[in-house]
Amino acid sequence: MAEDISDDYYLELSATPVRFESVSKVTNVFFDDSNKQVFAVRSGGVTGVIVKGPTDQITTSFRMEDKGPVLSIKFSPDQHVLAIQRTKTSVEFVNFTTDGEGLDSVEYSQSCKGKNTVILGFVWTHNNEIVFVTDHGVELFQVVPEKHCLKALKSHSLSVNWFVFCPQNCLLLLSSGTLGNQMQPLYFKPGNIIKLTKFEIELGVVPKPAKLCLLERDVTLATLYGSPSIVVLRHQPRGVTGQGAEIVIYTIQKMLTAKMSHILRLDMSGRFAINVIDNLIVVHHQASKTSMLFDINMAGESDGFVTYHQPIVGMQPIKPFSLRLPMATGSQMLGEPAHISCELYSPNWVVFQPNIVIDAKIGCLWYVGLRLHPLVNLIQDKCLLVDFLLQRKDSKPVIIQVLQKILEPSEKNLSHIVAIAELFDHLNDVYRSFLEVEMQSQMGTPASSGLSVSPARPSAPVLPKAPVVIDQSDMYTNVFSRFADRHTKDGDVVGGGKFVVWVLLEYIRSLTDFHIPVQHYLHELVINSLVQHKAYYQLHQLLQYHVVSDSKPLACLLLSLENLYPAAHQLALDMLKRLSTANEEIIEVLLSKQQILPALRFVRSVGVVDQVSARKFLEAAKSMGDSAIFYAVFKFFEQRNQRLKGSTAFSKGEHCETYVQYYQTLFNNNDNNAACNILEN
Amino acid sequence: MTSKSEINLQNFYVYNSAFGQSDGEEDKKILFYYPPKTDFDTQMKNVGLSEAIVKFTDTFSSDQLCEALHTQKSRQLYYQAEGGFWMVMTVGIPFVTKVKDGTEYFEYQSDDVQDNVYLAVLRQSYQMFRLFKGSFTSILSNSRGDVIHLKHKLDHFFSRYLLTLKLNHSDILDIFQGIQFLPLDKQTFLHVQCFVNLIEATFAQVKYTAFLYNDQLVWSGLEPEDMQVVYRYLVTSLLPAHLETELQGGSMPRHPSSPFLSSHYGRFVTGPANLQDASGGTGKVPKVYVNNDATPEIYHLVVYRALSATVCLFIEGSLHLNLDLFKRLDIFLGPQLTTLVSEVAEQCGRQAAGINANSLDPSPKFVYFNKLNLAQKSTVHLDSRRTGNVAVTPEVLRLLADINADKARMSTTGETILKTMTDYWVVGKVSNLREFYVVIHQKNANLIEINDEVKRLSDSQLKSIFFHD
Repeated sequence: MAEDISDDYYLELSATPVRFESVSKVTNVFFDDSNKQVFAVRSGGVTGVIVKGPTDQITTSFRMEDKGPVLSIKFSPDQHVLAIQRTKTSVEFVNFTTDGEGLDSVEYSQSCKGKNTVILGFVWTHNNEIVFVTDHGVELFQVVPEKHCLKALKSHSLSVNWFVFCPQNCLLLLSSGTLGNQMQPLYFKPGNIIKLTKFEIELGVVPKPAKLCLLERDVTLATLYGSPSIVVLRHQPRGVTGQGAEIVIYTIQKMLTAKMSHILRLDMSGRFAINVIDNLIVVHHQASKTSMLFDINMAGESDGFVTYHQPIVGMQPIKPFSLRLPMATGSQMLGEPAHISCELYSPNWVVFQPNIVIDAKIGCLWYVGLRLHPLVNLIQDKCLLVDFLLQRKDSKPVIIQVLQKILEPSEKNLSHIVAIAELFDHLNDVYRSFLEVEMQSQMGTPASSGLSVSPARPSAPVLPKAPVVIDQSDMYTNVFSRFADRHTKDGDVVGGGKFVVWVLLEYIRSLTDFHIPVQHYLHELVINSLVQHKAYYQLHQLLQYHVVSDSKPLACLLLSLENLYPAAHQLALDMLKRLSTANEEIIEVLLSKQQILPALRFVRSVGVVDQVSARKFLEAAKSMGDSAIFYAVFKFFEQRNQRLKGSTAFSKGEHCETYVQYYQTLFNNNDNNAACNILEN
Repeated sequence: MTSKSEINLQNFYVYNSAFGQSDGEEDKKILFYYPPKTDFDTQMKNVGLSEAIVKFTDTFSSDQLCEALHTQKSRQLYYQAEGGFWMVMTVGIPFVTKVKDGTEYFEYQSDDVQDNVYLAVLRQSYQMFRLFKGSFTSILSNSRGDVIHLKHKLDHFFSRYLLTLKLNHSDILDIFQGIQFLPLDKQTFLHVQCFVNLIEATFAQVKYTAFLYNDQLVWSGLEPEDMQVVYRYLVTSLLPAHLETELQGGSMPRHPSSPFLSSHYGRFVTGPANLQDASGGTGKVPKVYVNNDATPEIYHLVVYRALSATVCLFIEGSLHLNLDLFKRLDIFLGPQLTTLVSEVAEQCGRQAAGINANSLDPSPKFVYFNKLNLAQKSTVHLDSRRTGNVAVTPEVLRLLADINADKARMSTTGETILKTMTDYWVVGKVSNLREFYVVIHQKNANLIEINDEVKRLSDSQLKSIFFHD
């Protein structure tokens, strides 16, 4: 991947294009953008039809009779029926089986209603439903392959100039009116046509006399960030002259109405083609042989209704592509290059949605892809960059790289703290939305939600705000811990130690603002970083305000810091106390400090007198060498024995014989008064 | 009740016996003497006596220096601030006039002057001097041993500082010289913390930052030993004085020339009063010496305030401060601090409301101090201005310092309970380097009830720390 970083091409063609027989006198090529299949029809089908799809499963070939020139040819989505249009008024159907037999011998036909009606085209809306678009409207049929016939389901009358169809959304857009800008969107559900609100596309310049001026090639249907959208290329913007073309985007809201929402400023004119890649709009400009990149998710100027966008980055050509030639006999022996470079933005290119480019002359179908690495250098604003990357598929490694670069402790990054704070907020906003989705799925929707009589309507499902999430563990393993490590190795970088702490605290601040519980490893890292540059008092203040959550491991870490910072001992004890599950540890800590009576007092205050080991306390008291303390501890446990067993003697299991002996040697006259005198002295 | 005289400062001097060893040069050893009008003979006599006492007591215990000399009418306190440099302060013992057998006589109340309190006052005076002028030895070495320079500095500082001593309102808090921290939730604290980091990242000149809300500290980048001195300066001197001038100025002063810029309330407490008017210069910015024990560092102390929040910036002392820097600081700090302070205020208001709901019975008063982070809290004192605004009688307040003086006997943990003739119960507890003093005024109470009361109080006040019962 190293060479990827060095160039600026952010678009590329797929490395292995789908190859097909190029267009010639005998061969016609058709592309079905619903199934993404290329049909190469040789001599009307007699010498064969070769179908190439993106996968092998839908790559096939067959022969058929030549019944006239083919106008359009498309398989049903399940590949069981082939529809062929040869005339302006009817479409022929042939059943197709993938196993062995191939094309059925029986062909059945369906013509459109009305004598003067002309079929503009047809699309498969579902496995056995097909819609004819005619100049008089649309007709929806059900295909019954077993009976070799079609059944009319629904129709809608409207004078139609042209249509575009979006297979993902089953959305058909009809153009009507003299200018062609009266739009009727139709949404297809199995067996039904749903009419959306009609709308008019604003035109740049209205010709006089009026004639059709909004053309099919200027209108694209796409899905942008989950919303079906109509992307319209306007060659001359309204009112203003000499500004070049622009793209107007209408978003379909709730499958009801289309609203103009975005305008993309192209500032160029000429021939354009549009692709949509990963929710980005790519505009290819043929004259300059470059492409532009737009993201409607990015902020732009807004007039309250429409947002105006500039390209995210400067124009760039697609990365040069060279085609590996098939192993032609002899060519290798002659040492001729096995690769030929393809002409990009060639006049033979046809662009299909969402991201397909076809060169019919050389017989290639490519998918246009996005290369994220070059964009890292092209988008200067890091916040914008990360926002952009979070919305892209498979961008996680790239984001991590960006973060590593910007969070590296260096003089330059020191001044970026403001941007870093904002960046963290953006990351965690997305992170939070992920956690919410996760939480919702864990709560689970009731299994019998359909039958449920519960009146509480389940709240609208939360969607993550981006496809990629960078969570705490990502930040820790890939970013923070690396810098903390480096800092340890290299000694103090200029402001380095401080920077690491600042960035960590800023991250924790951001997590806290988004109510995301902070993981202990981040806390440990903060503590270690502060300890490294000896900022003990700062650490103390952080603990004082409970920025670092209490936990036993952290308390132990603090205990280990006592030699460096004496107050750490107090902090550790406080933390153990707050945990309220660490009484055992508190006793150990106190005993280790030879605070035996305080330890006993503590035992009494938490009500575990009957549980503690007498031996442990007696041992600690004995090692202190203070007979008064030993006496007090010994008597304390004798009293316990008395209360529990009715006798002051220690039971065998307690292994206290040595201490009883020790007691005898210290106070051998067994006279309590004498011992009391020792206490008082 | 007969009227009592006040505790007054009789004299205050600094000497170093190493100077003026030879005959006829004895006067050189006196570096500062107050009152300044004292004739030279008296000065020499007093200093000589102090030297003698220090030397004499040294023969008994060389590892514990002489601290105080008690006489009927006065109390003399000794503090060796730096090797050879002794500071001595003499205060008069207050007295009441009594009549016995028809003759009037003075009864001196020597218990009113507590050694530990006034030693602390003396020590503070040194720390304050050192904060603003640097240590004695460093001043000497900077002037190549020229004592005149040191004398000037001492005179310049102490002639004014001594007038501000509040000897009659000195108490246990002077011993602690603690810092009151603002209780805040984690989120707000992080916002303050990140704001402070942002300042230091944006202005590389700023080496340390401290953040206060009202009289309470939220964050200090400075080490605690330095912060406690700076804190005292801010809370007892700088900020009250600033507040006073602000009040005298009537409503909030604004930048007159640009009404649009004044969308925030920030202004410099030390620094230029008017950023628009270049003729006013950069105002007076004190220089402070911190980290004196290790490697002394000099900083400009720029204090900026917006509403109740105060930001102290410690700017590299070698830099020349110009108006441009102040302008940039103002533009950066003003708006952000204004929004931050309202967040802190809201948070504090919420907490205050919670506390009021919890403590129905406000009668037990307490003083808390943690030696390790110098955190201090007092409900005995009604404000932090040290003007004698206290909720208990002076006698009871003195008892707290008495218990404190006695705490060496309690080792790491311990407890002292006192009952006064006036039905005050005073409890002092020491645990884990923390001190907790409780004053309860309750008639006919017994030890068990008081013990329970203290336990209740410590459960509510000290619930998140490990404090032995």
